[in-house]
Amino acid sequence: MAKDMSFAAVMARKNEILMQSLGIDFSKFEMGTIAFDYEGMMASIGMDFDDITRIQLEQGVGATPMLELRNITALARKYAPPGFGARIFIKDEAANPSGSFKDRRAATAVHTAKRLGFKGVAAATSGNYGAAVASQAAKQGLSSIIVQECFDSRKIGQPEILEKARKCEAFGAEVIQMTVGPELFYKFLTILEETGYFSASLYSPFGISGVETLGSEVALQIRALTGKDPDAVIVTHAGGGNITGTARGLAQEGCTAPIIAASVNLKGLHMASDGHFNRKSFTTGHTGFGFPFATWPDRSDMPRSAARPLRYMDRYVLVNQGEVFYMTEALAQLEGLERGPAGNTSLVAAFALAQEMPQDAIIVVQETEYTGAGKHIQPQLAFARKNGLNITFGNPAEEICGENIILPQHPGLIAARDVEMAGMRKSLIRNTLQRMTPGTQLTDVDVEFLAAETKSSADWVREALQNS
Amino acid sequence: MIKAETWVGICATILDAGSRADGIPADTAAVPLKMWVKGYLLADCEIGSEAEIRTATGRIERGVLEEVQPHSNVDYGAFVPEMLKIGADVKKVLFGGEIHG
Ligand SMILES: Cc1ncc(COP(=O)(O)O)c(C=O)c1O
Repeated sequence: MAKDMSFAAVMARKNEILMQSLGIDFSKFEMGTIAFDYEGMMASIGMDFDDITRIQLEQGVGATPMLELRNITALARKYAPPGFGARIFIKDEAANPSGSFKDRRAATAVHTAKRLGFKGVAAATSGNYGAAVASQAAKQGLSSIIVQECFDSRKIGQPEILEKARKCEAFGAEVIQMTVGPELFYKFLTILEETGYFSASLYSPFGISGVETLGSEVALQIRALTGKDPDAVIVTHAGGGNITGTARGLAQEGCTAPIIAASVNLKGLHMASDGHFNRKSFTTGHTGFGFPFATWPDRSDMPRSAARPLRYMDRYVLVNQGEVFYMTEALAQLEGLERGPAGNTSLVAAFALAQEMPQDAIIVVQETEYTGAGKHIQPQLAFARKNGLNITFGNPAEEICGENIILPQHPGLIAARDVEMAGMRKSLIRNTLQRMTPGTQLTDVDVEFLAAETKSSADWVREALQNS
Repeated sequence: MIKAETWVGICATILDAGSRADGIPADTAAVPLKMWVKGYLLADCEIGSEAEIRTATGRIERGVLEEVQPHSNVDYGAFVPEMLKIGADVKKVLFGGEIHG
């Protein structure tokens, strides 16, 4: 009998489809009432850290340069109190084969697909990850399908996403482009079912453990270059895999530097809104993903996400679109580096935070990404203007998302604005409670799990539970 | 008439406007979920007619024939005069000794 391919029927088969397309039985990691064995899941992937390093080097991934941004540092010092203005370093992840750190995630995912005997890989992503999967699939000899949320209902696409489609096709991938909406996942599931391909999810333990090498390289390179550990590592945050993998890799090397997440503030823009879709100039590294994925990581295309950002985040700062555009141009003009928006989001934060730190301190931006047609700030600003956004110089703090883009009148106006961490942690706990089966109780195992999930303590969790 | 085996782009409706998922914003719920995909045309077909294609991975997809030999037109966009000021400003601050703020 033919399978029922209706939306409801396919979504009801979701867990079964994902289990077959990943080779992971998630149920065996469940513990307590709401907890699961996160470390057990991460350890179940059949590769250890040395295997991953070797696999990535074989595929031309990783071992990217660490660059000191001396002119950007000097510029920050112009606005810092005497003796302040930390040295800013940036890890040039754009040097990876498809131009971003996402190659690390794709290398391990595609390797696993091949090891398990899959003929192809599929991923639902509008971003760099699609290009990374397509590139690794090309290199490792598998087919690939990338499903993108790409167009609004007028078939107008964000230039950055259109560029990503081109790049995926350049690597031989089949690209499926969809209009706005979370039901893209429905099409994705039907593709997995039809093709029997591996789900190269952004959030699988295979992918996330691939990012651990990035954190490790940061620690080792900074030690080699400066003789000490970094004093802060800034990570551009969206779905949380970047911060999770980087933090785990830093820990692997015994590096305890504070880990600071940075996102572009897209307050007021709804990610699933057809009308808002093309009123934003950023397709990742923004709060539209950053908040929901931090406070409820299991919203992804996996029963249990391997990206669990609040476990690793010491601080979370927001920057504005205009500041990232400005810093992107400053990086080109002062350092001779044309790079894309995602890494420059963290660079804005680093520029501001360096001014709070002494001159001998080290602050690391852990990635750059490539730029080019569509992704570059010129097509992005031109696209924003065409969509009716007002682009001016002024105080970026006054930017209203979807209405204007305010380029800083001068670099002294660039700021990193703190998000209250306690509020985020409580939100994660609230989201967990909301999804509990009625009539069930939390056990000690669950409280310990929530403490790990929120980088807090069992006592803090108990108190938060009492007040919620 | 577009000849079979031509590389084309088709468009299909995946969900009608009335049958979108619960909880999505009203503006999105009011429009269909559409999909575009490229491949080789299986049989001769007119633009605007139902077509079947064979995609890059060998799958068969069905939809309305929209584009023939679709190409990427991503570019560097129109001139944005504001960009000139940024480079000049940061260089002035750094090398010209000027401090604002
Ligand atoms: C270049 C780049 N940097 C950072 C991010 C954010 O990573 P994550 O979604 O894992 O938080 C992304 C992902 O969208 C990216 O492509």
